[in-house]
Amino acid sequence: MLSRTADNLFWLSRYVERAEYLARILEATQRLTALPLAYVGETNEWATAVSTAGCASAFFEVYDEANEENVTDFLAFSTANSSSIRSCFEQARSNARAVRTALTMEMWDAINGTWLELKRYGNGATSREECSRFLRWVQESSLRYDGSAYRTMLRNDAYWFSRLGVYVERADNTARILDVKYHLLLPDNERIGGPLDYFQWAAILRSVSALTAYHWVYRESLKPWQVADLLILKDEMPRSLASCYENIVRYLDAIAGAYGRQGPAQRQARGIRTRLQNSRMDGIFQRGLHEYIGEFITENNRLGGAITQQFLL
Amino acid sequence: MVVAFDEMKGLNGGGVRPAYAELNRWLSEVPRDVLDYRRKEAELLFRRIGITFAVYGEAEAQERLIPFDVIPRILSAAEWRIVETGLKQRVKAINLFIKDIYNAREILRAGVVPADLIFRNPAFRPEMSGQKVPHDIYVHVAGIDIVRVDAETFYVLEDNARTPSGVSYMLENREIMLRLFPELFSRHRIAPVENYPDELLATLKSVAPSSSSSDPTVVLLTPGVYNSAYYEHSFLADKLGVELVEGRDLFVKDDIVFMRTTQGPQRIDVIYRRIDDDYLDPLTFRPDSSLGLPGMMSAYQAGNVTLANAVGTGIADDKAVYSFMPQIVKFYLGEEPILKNVPTWRCREEDHLAHVLDNLHELVVKEVHGSGGYGMLIGPMASKVAIEQFRAKLKTAPKNFIAQPTLSLSTCPTCVDEGVAPRHVDLRPFVLTGRERTCIVPGGLTRVALKDGSLVVNSSQGGGTKDTWVLDE
Repeated sequence: MLSRTADNLFWLSRYVERAEYLARILEATQRLTALPLAYVGETNEWATAVSTAGCASAFFEVYDEANEENVTDFLAFSTANSSSIRSCFEQARSNARAVRTALTMEMWDAINGTWLELKRYGNGATSREECSRFLRWVQESSLRYDGSAYRTMLRNDAYWFSRLGVYVERADNTARILDVKYHLLLPDNERIGGPLDYFQWAAILRSVSALTAYHWVYRESLKPWQVADLLILKDEMPRSLASCYENIVRYLDAIAGAYGRQGPAQRQARGIRTRLQNSRMDGIFQRGLHEYIGEFITENNRLGGAITQQFLL
Repeated sequence: MVVAFDEMKGLNGGGVRPAYAELNRWLSEVPRDVLDYRRKEAELLFRRIGITFAVYGEAEAQERLIPFDVIPRILSAAEWRIVETGLKQRVKAINLFIKDIYNAREILRAGVVPADLIFRNPAFRPEMSGQKVPHDIYVHVAGIDIVRVDAETFYVLEDNARTPSGVSYMLENREIMLRLFPELFSRHRIAPVENYPDELLATLKSVAPSSSSSDPTVVLLTPGVYNSAYYEHSFLADKLGVELVEGRDLFVKDDIVFMRTTQGPQRIDVIYRRIDDDYLDPLTFRPDSSLGLPGMMSAYQAGNVTLANAVGTGIADDKAVYSFMPQIVKFYLGEEPILKNVPTWRCREEDHLAHVLDNLHELVVKEVHGSGGYGMLIGPMASKVAIEQFRAKLKTAPKNFIAQPTLSLSTCPTCVDEGVAPRHVDLRPFVLTGRERTCIVPGGLTRVALKDGSLVVNSSQGGGTKDTWVLDE
C-alpha cells in the first residue's frame, strides 16, 4: 500500500485514541475535584490533568491559571491546542478523507459522523452537565470507530497499521499517567485505614477504565503497587504497557510476514516487550518507578519513529 | 421566450410521451409527503457517504452537497441509440483531430481549421509535437455535454476532453435511487451503469506502454483533498481498486515513474490523472506547481508511462475549436455529424462579431477557454448594465469569446418546493476509448437547473443532478 495511506491510517487511529484518553482524564479530574479537600489533599488536580495530557507548557503559554474552565476548554475544545479533543477529531477526519478508499464504509461513517456531530459543540460546553455528556460522547465515538475498524476491516496491512497506531498511542497515554502520578504509587505511600490517596488511585484507574478490572484481578482493596502492576505488567489489562506491546509485536509480525521482511521496527518492539516480560514490580520499584516509566516513554517514541522510517515515508 | 420541450409531456402539454408513461402514472399515485420524505432521506444518505464538492472562492461552504432530484430523467432505447452513435463518431473524430494536430497537421494545411486558433491556444502543448502515444489514443475518457431542444434534436454543447468529472454522481445517483425507490425500478427495465468502473479499468489497462507487464499497474492521480472533485477521485480509485496517489507519493528514476509504498518503490504503468496539464510536471509546465511530479513528462516522452488523458487534449475543449467540430468530423471520417453543434458565432471573425454585438440581448456569450459556467453572459436574463459591461469586454478581446443563440433546453419533471415542476436539464455521457473498443455506459449525468426558468445547470451555480435512465427495448 501507499506509504502515505499507511501513515494516515496510523495517525488516524492515534488521534481517535488520544481524544478518548483526554476525555477520560477530564472525567477523572472532574470526579476528583468534586471531593472535599480532606480526601484528596491540596494539590491542583487541574494542573495535573494538563501535565498528564502532556501539554503543560503549551497550556501555560495561553493561561496563567489551571482551573476547571481553562483546562476543560484547552483540552477539549481549543483550536489553538493541536492535541485538544476537537483538534484530534478534526485531524482524524481530515486523515480519513485523505484515505477514504482505505477505510470501510462503517469506519468512514463513524469518523465522519463524529466530525459532523462535533459542530454541535461549536463554542464549547455551556454547563458541567453538557460537558459530561460531551466527554461521554467522545468515548462512545472512539469505541464506535475502534469497533467498526475491528469488525469490518480486511485483515491486511491497512488494518495492521491502523492497529499499530492505537497501541503506540495507548502505551504512551498509560505511561504518561504513570509518569505524572508515580509518587502516589510508591509502596511507602500506603497508609493503614482510609488512605488520603485512595481517591487518587481510583482516579488513575478510572482514567484508563480499569477500576472494575482491578477488583477482578486482585480481589482486594486498592494498593498502590498493585495499581502500578496492573497498568504496567498485567497482560490481561488492555491498557497496560505489557498488553500494548503484545499487540504491537503481533501486528508488526503480521506486517513482516506479509512483506517477507523483518526490519528495525520489529526488532525494537520485541526488545521492549522482552524487557516488560522480564520485569517484576519489586525490581522496578528498586530501580525507581519514575526512571522506568521515563525510559519506557522514550523507547515507545523511538519505536514510533522506527515504524515511520521503515514504512511510512 | 420560446416554450421549452418537456421530455415527459412533449411540446405545449401534448400527451405524455411513451418513455415516461409509467413514471407519470407513479407520480400521480405517490403522495407528496412520501416524495418529500424520500428527498430528505436521499440528502441524508449523500451527506453520510460524504459526496461533497467544493466551490472555489467560498470559504465557509468548504464542502457542499450537490442537490439531488429524486425524479429520474428517462431516455427511450431509440433516443439513446442516436446519442450513442453520435458520441462514438464525435470522439473518434476528436482523437483523430488531436493526433493530426500534434503530427501531420493536415487539417491546418487544408485550411479547415485556422492555424492560429491552434498555435495561439494556451491548451496547445508544443511538447507533444511528434510524440507517440499508445495506439494513437489521446482522449481515453471524454465527457460530452448534450442538450436537447425537441423530440428529435440533440445538440452537443461542449466537449470535455481533458479531465471531465461527474461520473461518480452518475453512479451514486443510481445507487441511491435503487435504495429509495425499488417499486419504481420494478416497473421499468433500465440499462445498468454500475459496470462503468470495470470498463474504465479495462480501458486504462489496454493503453499501458508496451514495455509494461501483462498486468499493468494503474493509479489515479489527484491534486489532493482540496480539489473540488476530490470525492470523485477517491470514489473512483476505490471502485477501480487502484491506489489514489498525489504527486508527493510518486518519484521518477531513470525515466520510470514509481510510487512510494510500505514495501518500497513500485513501478507505475498507467496514470489516470485528474490534474490539469499545467500542474503535471513543474519541470515542463508551471514551475510553481507542487501538485505534480518533476520528471513525469520525460518518463511520458520516453514511453515508459501512459497518461490518460494524454497531454494537450485541451485544444479539443476550446469553444472556438468547437465551432469547427462539424467540419472536423467530415474531414476525418467523411461523414455528416450525427450530433449537431449549437450554431456558434466566433467573435474573432469580424462579421460574426458585428452580429453578436447587435444581438447581445438574445445571445449566450461564453469565454472560449472558460468552463464551469463562469464568466458567461446570458443575454435574455441579463440587465442592461450587465450587457453594456459585457459589450465593452467583448470589444477589447473579441477572440476570447463565442456566442450562441439562447437555446430553449428541454425540461424534465423535477421535485421543487412548489411541487413537481418542469426544470431545464442537460446530459453528460462519458465515452471511454481503449485499444480495441469504445464504450459508453447507457445514460450519463443529468444536470438540472433547479431555479424556475434558469438555464444554468452547473453545480457551482446552484444546479442539481438526477438519475438518468435509458430504457431497454
